Parts: sequence; C-alpha cells; structure tokens
Amino acid sequence: MKAKITVKDLEVFFDKNQVLRGINLSINKNMITGIMGPAGSGKSTFISILNKMLEFEDNVTIKGNVYIDGVDIINSDVDQVELRRKVGTVFAVPIPLPRSVFENIAYGPRLKGIKDRDELFTIVKESLEKAFLWDEMKDRLNTSALKLSGGQQQRLCLARTLALKPEIILLDEPCSGLDPISTAKIEDALSDLKKEYTIILVSNNTKQIARITDYSAFFYMGNLIEYGPTEKVFTYPANKKTEDYISGKFG
Amino acid sequence: MKEYFVKYMLMAFALSSLFFLFLIFIFILFEGLPLFHKAGLKHIILGSKWAPTKGSFGIFPMIISSFLVTFGALIIGGPMGLSCAIYLSEYSGKRMKMFLKPALELLAGIPSVVYGFLGVVYIVPLVRDYFGGPGFSLLSTSLILGVMILPTVISISFDALMSVPKTYREGSLAMGATKWQTIYKVVVPSAKSGILASFILGMGRAIGETMAVIMVAGNALRTPLSILDPLRTLTSNIALELAYASGDHRLGLFSTGVVLLIIIMILNYIANFGIKKGS
Ligand SMILES: Nc1ncnc2c1ncn2[C@@H]1O[C@H](COP(=O)(O)OP(=O)(O)O)[C@@H](O)[C@H]1O
Ligand SMILES: [Mg+2]
Repeated sequence: MKAKITVKDLEVFFDKNQVLRGINLSINKNMITGIMGPAGSGKSTFISILNKMLEFEDNVTIKGNVYIDGVDIINSDVDQVELRRKVGTVFAVPIPLPRSVFENIAYGPRLKGIKDRDELFTIVKESLEKAFLWDEMKDRLNTSALKLSGGQQQRLCLARTLALKPEIILLDEPCSGLDPISTAKIEDALSDLKKEYTIILVSNNTKQIARITDYSAFFYMGNLIEYGPTEKVFTYPANKKTEDYISGKFG
Repeated sequence: MKEYFVKYMLMAFALSSLFFLFLIFIFILFEGLPLFHKAGLKHIILGSKWAPTKGSFGIFPMIISSFLVTFGALIIGGPMGLSCAIYLSEYSGKRMKMFLKPALELLAGIPSVVYGFLGVVYIVPLVRDYFGGPGFSLLSTSLILGVMILPTVISISFDALMSVPKTYREGSLAMGATKWQTIYKVVVPSAKSGILASFILGMGRAIGETMAVIMVAGNALRTPLSILDPLRTLTSNIALELAYASGDHRLGLFSTGVVLLIIIMILNYIANFGIKKGS
C-alpha cells in the first residue's frame, strides 16, 4: 500500500475563524477514501486544499503540509494549472459549461493544446465510457450539456474530469442532488475507476460511504475524529462521536 | 384601505410618466411628418443638401455623421469599457470595487458641457497638431463620446459579468484553465448578451449626445470623407438651428428629430432583445 497524499498538521483559517484544526492523514493509491461529517465540519475546505482552489479566496490562512507524490503543494511553488490537471474535481452541483456535450469534455484537453479532432474524439469517447455515459450520449454529442438530466450532467462532469487524465479524483458530495438510480450509476463508475485512480469522495450519506469506500474519515467541527479502513470505522468505531454520527444520532 | 391608496397613487404616477412619453412621441411625429409628405421621404433621407430656407431638406450627411460618431465612440469606448468591467469583476478586490464603482458613477454625472469643454481645450488642438486638419473632427468627437459612454458600457457589462455563476468559473479552473482562459472562454461568452446590450445602450447614449458634440465636431454641412473632417450630427442640427427656425425650416428640424427617434428606438429594441435572449 502506498500513500498518494500525506497531510500533516493542516490548519485553515478564514480570517480568525479556524475551520480545520490540525488534520493528519495519509490517503492511499487505488482506493476510494470517504470523508463524512455534518455540514460545516470542513470537508469542502479540505477538498479545496487538495486542488488549490482555496487560494482564490482572499481571507484564508493555511498552515501545515500537504504532500502529493512527495511534493508539498502548500509550501513549495507548484503550478496551479498543472496541479489541477493531476487532481481533478467533481462538484456537488453538476456545472456543465453552456456548450455541447462534446465541447464540455474536450474543454480540458483543448486547453492542454490538443487540437486534432480524432484524438479529441478518442478522449471524449473513453471518458464517457469510463463515466458509464457513452451509451446514452453517443448520439447526442452535439446537444447542449444543459439539456441533460441532473444525473447525466453529473456523470458528464465526471467524464470531463477524466478527460484531463488526472491521477486523483476529488468528488464533493457528487450525489447530493441525485435520485437513487443516478447515484447507483455514479457509484458503479467510481468502483470501476479506483483501479486506475486515487479517489476521494465527500458524502453526507453514511450508507454510501459504507457501500463503496475502502477507507473513511470522519470530520467534526474541523477535527479529524476518526480515520481507518471503512469496515473497521463502521463496525468498531474508536470514538463515541463517530458511532453517534454513523447511527444517525446527529448530522 | 391605506394599501389601496398607495397602490393607486403609484399606478397614477407610473401611468402619467408613460403618458408623457407617449405625448412627446406624438408631438414629434405630428410636427415632423408633414414635411415628409410635402418634400418626400427620399428627398429628406437621401438628399445631401441642407438649405431649409431654400427648400432643400436633405439630411443624409447628418445621418451618416451620426452613425460615424456613434461607431467611433463604440470603437474607442467599447474595448476600453469592457476591459475595465473585466478588471472590476474578475481581478479587483472588494476594496477596489468599492472605490471604483462610485468613481464610475461620478463620471456618469459630469455634465456633457464639461466633456465638450475639455474636448475643445485639449483634444481638438492635439488632433490638429498631430494629425492635421481643423481639429474639430470625427476623430475628436469619437474620442470624447468614447469616454462619455464608458460609464454605461462598464456598469452594464460589469453587471453581466458578475451575474455569471461562480460555479462556471470554478468548473473551468478545476479543469486546468488559467484565470485568463476562464475569462475569455467561459465568463465573457456567458455574459455576451449583456455585454452586447451595454455596447448598444452606449451607442444610444452617443447618438443622442448633443452639447459635447456641437462643441468639438465643427458642424460642417457635408459628409465627412476622412476622420479629420468636421461633421454635423442629427442632434447638433436640431440644437443649432431650432432657436431661429420658422415655417418649413422648423418642420425640417422636426423631421430630423423623427429620424433620430426612430434610430434610437431601433437601438433600444436591439438592446432589449439582446438582454432577453441572454437571460
Ligand atoms: N469562503 C469562506 N469564507 C469564510 N468562511 C468559510 C468560507 N468557506 C467556508 N467557510 C466556513 O468554513 C466552515 C467549513 O465549511 P465547509 O468546508 O464548506 O464545510 P462542509 O463542506 O463540511 O459542509 C464553515 O463554518 C463555513 O462557514
Ligand atoms: Mg461542503
């Protein structure tokens, strides 16, 4: 087992408000790592540390170290654009760009400088297949992405992320607005994808975390309360808080 | 009871303002149309000679001039205003926004005679010395109007850019786009109908401007052949001659007004159409 991401003493402040309070954990390659916790516990903040999106806010202070493949992305001078190609993100609300299905997926590769139509088509096809969306989209590549259903849009966003050929995929509550069938499709896709990628899945749905993750973390008010193999976290949680959260006593 | 009173009171005000607008429109048509009947539409619109006391009512050079200064203003004020709006919405911090927005509104509040004055004192001599010609010219007028339409272009484009959802920007950035790529590939295209509307409303402002134009345009009665030639716009024509015009001359000025009104209505219609289509 190899750590892809290592986080050391991570603290985040918005102005004087501390949102992450010393997070320490290692995230493994080729696994799905789940992050759960009540709203406001800092899950999204943690995600936006990993893709460096947090740095667009002008009132944040970040302390500690986050190593991806041994490189400290907080304290060394990493190229944000390069990093975001390596660390892809799928957001809670599917947000396709107001363009066609094809153009949405080709957007990232085009930015990388790929112009050849055949090559782009291959990437689009592969990405859609991996997101379990090709069969539904193969005749609709030129329709506007905004016309798709919510579930399709979310898988489109996943495909769009895959088209960047990332190594890590971050998903921040990707199923929060979806029906059970669409959710199942995303889960199937993720279980399939972990062979090739390191996946981090934030979810408020503890059942989903139990179903498809290998490791899980429980965040509460900016603290990492519990972290370990999902099976262990769900059967013998070390902390009473985790147990209460999993059994639905709060959340 | 009180609610009703307020409601009908407001309705009365709203209707009366509409009524006045309607009245102005009717009045101008009423005064302006007879000459179209008497002298002929073609004679007025396409005629190139304006000698209203001798029976020539051609306003073709003025129509062309009005369009030229309007486009000139757009060429100067459009890119400048859009750049400014992009800077304001995408790059400037909160404090900068708080300082620049009111400054812009101040710019909109400067009386046009002040712009004209600055034009006569600085722009006209500059154009004369560096480019030749009399200085009172299409170029000077376009420069002044370009600056005058900035507040319109900036504030409407700014609103359009700000209304692009933050999620579009995040989506693009998360896919490895740089900030600038995100702006020109996602943000500006998403706001394009609003930006277009800002340009068209800016043009409406430019075509209707009178005082500053009279002061720097030179007001010559012919079609300008170069950007250094003087010209006379539709609005200038009315303002310059109305004080002493009588009879058919006066009617000719109202015809000029009718043409102006129609052009402005078309511009506004296009702008509204653009805004609607975008939302
Ligand atoms: N841009 C921001 N400015 C100030 N406070 C923020 C900002 N983003 C998040 N927060 C605060 O940080 C805390 C954690 O938020 P978040 O990471 O979004 O939690 P979660 O995703 O677990 O619901 C919340 O209390 C939230 O109000
Ligand atoms: Mg969140």
